[in-house]
Amino acid sequence: MVNTNSLGDKLFRTALLIAAALILIIVAAMIGMMISNSMPTIERFGLGFLVGREWNPAMESYGALPFIYGTVMSSLIALIIAVPISIGIAVFLTEQAPRRIARPIAFVVELLAAIPSVVYGLWGIFVLAPFIREYLGAFLQDNFGFLPIFQGRLTGIGMLTGGMILAIMVTPIITAVIRDVLEAVPDTQREAALALGATKWEMTKVVLINAVSGIAGAVVLGLGRALGETMAVTMVIGNTPQISASLFEPAYTIASVLASNFADATGGIYLSALIEIGLILFLVTFVVNGLAKVLVATVTRREGRSAG
Amino acid sequence: MTTILKPNFYKITLLTIAVVLSACSGQRMGNPDNPGPGTGGTTALQGSGSTFVKPLMDKWTSEYGKAHPNIRADYQSTGSGAGIKAIQSQTVDFGATDAAMTEEEIAASTSEILHIPVVLGAVVLTYNLDSVKEPLRLSPQVIADIFLGKIKKWDDPRIKADNPTAALPPNDITPVYRSDGSGTSDVITDFLSKVSPEWKEKVGRTKNPQLPQGVGMGAKGNEGVMGQVRQTPNTIGYVELTFAKANNLPSALVKNAAGNFIEPSPETVTSAASGMLSAAPADLRMQITNSAGADAYPISGIVYALVYKDQRDTAKGKELVDFLWWVTHEGQAFAKPLHYAPVPTDLVQLAEGKLKMMMAEGKPLRQ
Repeated sequence: MVNTNSLGDKLFRTALLIAAALILIIVAAMIGMMISNSMPTIERFGLGFLVGREWNPAMESYGALPFIYGTVMSSLIALIIAVPISIGIAVFLTEQAPRRIARPIAFVVELLAAIPSVVYGLWGIFVLAPFIREYLGAFLQDNFGFLPIFQGRLTGIGMLTGGMILAIMVTPIITAVIRDVLEAVPDTQREAALALGATKWEMTKVVLINAVSGIAGAVVLGLGRALGETMAVTMVIGNTPQISASLFEPAYTIASVLASNFADATGGIYLSALIEIGLILFLVTFVVNGLAKVLVATVTRREGRSAG
Repeated sequence: MTTILKPNFYKITLLTIAVVLSACSGQRMGNPDNPGPGTGGTTALQGSGSTFVKPLMDKWTSEYGKAHPNIRADYQSTGSGAGIKAIQSQTVDFGATDAAMTEEEIAASTSEILHIPVVLGAVVLTYNLDSVKEPLRLSPQVIADIFLGKIKKWDDPRIKADNPTAALPPNDITPVYRSDGSGTSDVITDFLSKVSPEWKEKVGRTKNPQLPQGVGMGAKGNEGVMGQVRQTPNTIGYVELTFAKANNLPSALVKNAAGNFIEPSPETVTSAASGMLSAAPADLRMQITNSAGADAYPISGIVYALVYKDQRDTAKGKELVDFLWWVTHEGQAFAKPLHYAPVPTDLVQLAEGKLKMMMAEGKPLRQ
């Protein structure tokens, strides 16, 4: 803290301050613009906008519920599929696999995260959708067709396909974070468990229980990614604003409807409705990401204490 | 450290609140004045709008640039709606749209905007039916009822009636529509609203059609609809004529107002426009769907360039008129090779009248 008042230090501090302030200003400006531009629909529809089930711009009826449902449901399907797989991969990489095998597998998993989402979308249309139509969906409908979630039109395009594409896309992120969390669990705990005569499975259980809030954080981060994913989902979910019990029926997500319609919306109430939907998505992902940060911070702080 | 940072933290908070407040006050940024032509003797003409006309517009701008090295015309395909917004906010010299401006949009404009027909397009119904070899024949009411979900199976008697020899499968029909706002949807919904009162009431004429619950699925863009139809058996969707031709998609013959089944092609689309000319309004904002001509393809539409009647800059306005004059005359020769339909000569004459109305500083720009 020598020379605190020199010009160089002042400039340095100011520059850093501006950089930091800029982020806050951008976030605040975005929220402010979205609120001000969605005022027409907020005033006209109020809370009805959030619970309305009909979306028909031609008839000036705007209900965002099908989009909220589609976004949440497709993300949930993604997590139900991706979380067990990600935990499996992460445990294998940190607890089981020899380094020589773990390295290339970890590399391939991380590679998945680098593939552009439009490529996932194309793969979804040309491979996943026909697979679901011909095999998976047909199998589920034949054997579990009594369940409402497996009834309805089976075209290969719909909620399930969207959820499965998302699952593949969020797996690398969830895996990477869980791996970091598992590696943060001190080796002393593993050694202690083994010393007490635990088997490898029992030792892994101890490690997982210790890392549970970190794993929860990883899941929420994956959820944040799934909620905002646009291109791949747009290509396979069928873009139809409806709420159907069937997983085979087409659905629509917030991000998809924005990407599809924003460019062509000419002002007025329609544009306002789209911006309000964007605001809803913004707030949801904001909260979800904040939650993840808190969970991950909790686990790292605890590990830091016990290690130090 | 914390004592040093604290006052600044309050400053940040105050600044943040100030930004939110100023954003909420509803002020918009952006400079409405378009900078004038560039230096060095070249004039830059900026256009944006319809994605449909983009390939032809690129051909026009490059051919025109070859003949007139001092002109550089740029066109951005931002979508018809965005083209209308751009000309309203005066960020471009001309807009382009597949659907004429609505009364509301005209009312929201600061000064009179002219509609110049530059080329014609059409909407083609394409389908995925392995067993059907010859082109499907569809009558307007059948198309409306398929997209309304009232005709559910491909072997429905009403489809069979028009296609007695086709091997129609007993499968469910899956209609595919455009989920993004588009002029393509506008043209076909305008046509279906004319031929089906039920369509007019339930869906209406719109760039954003919404089929009844549980019917069909949406896809983004022409390529999205094509992808979905190609990949999914028993689907039917609609795409632009140029797109269908370029990709060799199967396309249905559609029954027109005269009762003939017509194949979509540049010739049949041009004759759809000819058949509607007697009813052309003074501002040329018209639909040419369900045209009366005997060989008119009924799901056709006009693409317009949008320009201000009063140009602010004489030199630039002159170049703009000359460019559009060339587009509506010599430029029409480039339409057919790209599967667009040329504007019929009678309509070109009406467009000439519009171009001659353009003026700057009270003087007409072209005699």
